[in-house]
Amino acid sequence: MNEINKENINEDNSKNNVLNDSKADEVSSEAAKESIIVRENNFISQSPHIWRGISSAKIMYIFFASLIFPSVAAVYFFGLRALWVMLASTITSVVVELIIKKARKKNFKMDGSALITGLLLALTLPPRIPIWMVVIGAAFSIALAKEAFGGLGYNIFNPALAGRAFLAICFPTFMTQWYLPGNSGIDAVTSASPLGESFVAEGSKIAFYRDLFFGNVAGSIGETSAMLIIIAGILLIAFRIIDWKIPLVYVATVVIMSLIFGEDILFQVMAGGLLFGAVFMATDYVTSPVTGLGRIVFAIGCGLITFLIRRFGAMPEGVCFSILVMNGFTPLIDKYIRPKPFGYVKPQKAKQAK
Amino acid sequence: MSETGPSLITIFMSMALINNFILSKFLGLCPFFGVSKKLTNAISMGAAVTLVMVMASIATTLIYRFILVPYKVEFMNIIIYILVIASLVQIVELFIKRTNITLYNSLGIYLPLITTNCAVLGITLINAQANYAMVQSIISALGGGIGFTLMLIVMSGIRERIEFADTPKSMRGLPIAFIIAAILSLAYMGFSGMI
Repeated sequence: MNEINKENINEDNSKNNVLNDSKADEVSSEAAKESIIVRENNFISQSPHIWRGISSAKIMYIFFASLIFPSVAAVYFFGLRALWVMLASTITSVVVELIIKKARKKNFKMDGSALITGLLLALTLPPRIPIWMVVIGAAFSIALAKEAFGGLGYNIFNPALAGRAFLAICFPTFMTQWYLPGNSGIDAVTSASPLGESFVAEGSKIAFYRDLFFGNVAGSIGETSAMLIIIAGILLIAFRIIDWKIPLVYVATVVIMSLIFGEDILFQVMAGGLLFGAVFMATDYVTSPVTGLGRIVFAIGCGLITFLIRRFGAMPEGVCFSILVMNGFTPLIDKYIRPKPFGYVKPQKAKQAK
Repeated sequence: MSETGPSLITIFMSMALINNFILSKFLGLCPFFGVSKKLTNAISMGAAVTLVMVMASIATTLIYRFILVPYKVEFMNIIIYILVIASLVQIVELFIKRTNITLYNSLGIYLPLITTNCAVLGITLINAQANYAMVQSIISALGGGIGFTLMLIVMSGIRERIEFADTPKSMRGLPIAFIIAAILSLAYMGFSGMI
């Protein structure tokens, strides 16, 4: 019965022309309300319907555990200051989520998603950002980019990235002050993000690559150590928590673009937030496409935009913005790139290609 | 009146992505929020706006070059452009109605609505300000229109997806659309400075 109900809603929507026929609009909104009630009673859940025997909370905690790698590196390279940033961000995220869930009289389930959003946001921030900015960013992430859409599963944009973009636009000076690791005292050395500089001298290239690989460079607190991010990514792929297609295609696109434009490939891949974004951000279940082909399209788009912003844009780093832009395209990708249903015959007009 | 300016590709990309009408100039927000509930409507609206933008740029560039500038009355451009765009849309509507009734029906209410779309007036004023020649202003109008259409399509895709989401009651409809637009605008800020 519920299936029929949903069919009706779809038909209503396709018939109704928003501006011409206000009556049809009313009908469809009533139907929509009904379907929401039905959904809340757990009769119809949104796709996907195949269950792997692993709850989303469990996935979240495995993902969270993998974030320990860059977090430890952050504390190792940038000192206790990085720890405070991470703590402030995660605590704010969880508290804001709790408040909103209570205000909406919904059950607050500790599913780890707010923890992950908070930690991801902290790991993309520069080490010496004022704590109150971290709090604002985390509150923005959870309240506006996640809970305003209805909470986990409904958000269109990756909340951590939305929070980071918000901070980057609101406080550009604080968000672009990078510090070399090692000296976390007051007299720390201000340094440009490696991507912001033209390049280092030829002689020290190998030492520079080594620093990039192990993480001894200036940058956001979680993104500096390429090695640990790669280890975390391989573990996540091995546990089948994330899909290998997105990170691999994303990085490969940047490599190919670097080849075309004659940029230093190793530098483009290891510097900045590319690996971090490809492994932890672009692979977010909710905000990336569902199908395999859709994911490849998504990742290629991310790679292209990242490279364009790095090469031509005013911002030194394009990972955050590129993933956000492609998040916006995700609903369209899911709408148009669908797997061929079993036994599908082409010439007929496929009304529902499920 | 120099014929040399930024290259055509630069103008196109600038108008379509970097200085997108909706996300960075905040023009044409009314259709952006009003007609972005369904994908099919969004595509029709975007196509109609692009068509009118190109035609209006052609007409206003001619008027600017051969009437306003020679008589040194460039300050009159806003009021004259409004008149030109309004009458142009009416003529286009009549023309389409007489020649292609299917297209007329598919465009429906959107064509007259465009008369009051500030993005169309915006593109003509931008062209006049940048002193674009004919080809340049057509390309800039095309870029602006395609950027506008792209944003309408993205927005309608997102809104179709969150239609059945568990959005808080106070957020349904326009409020969440504004939040989406804000985050989209943040995301497209990344393109800034490319040109």
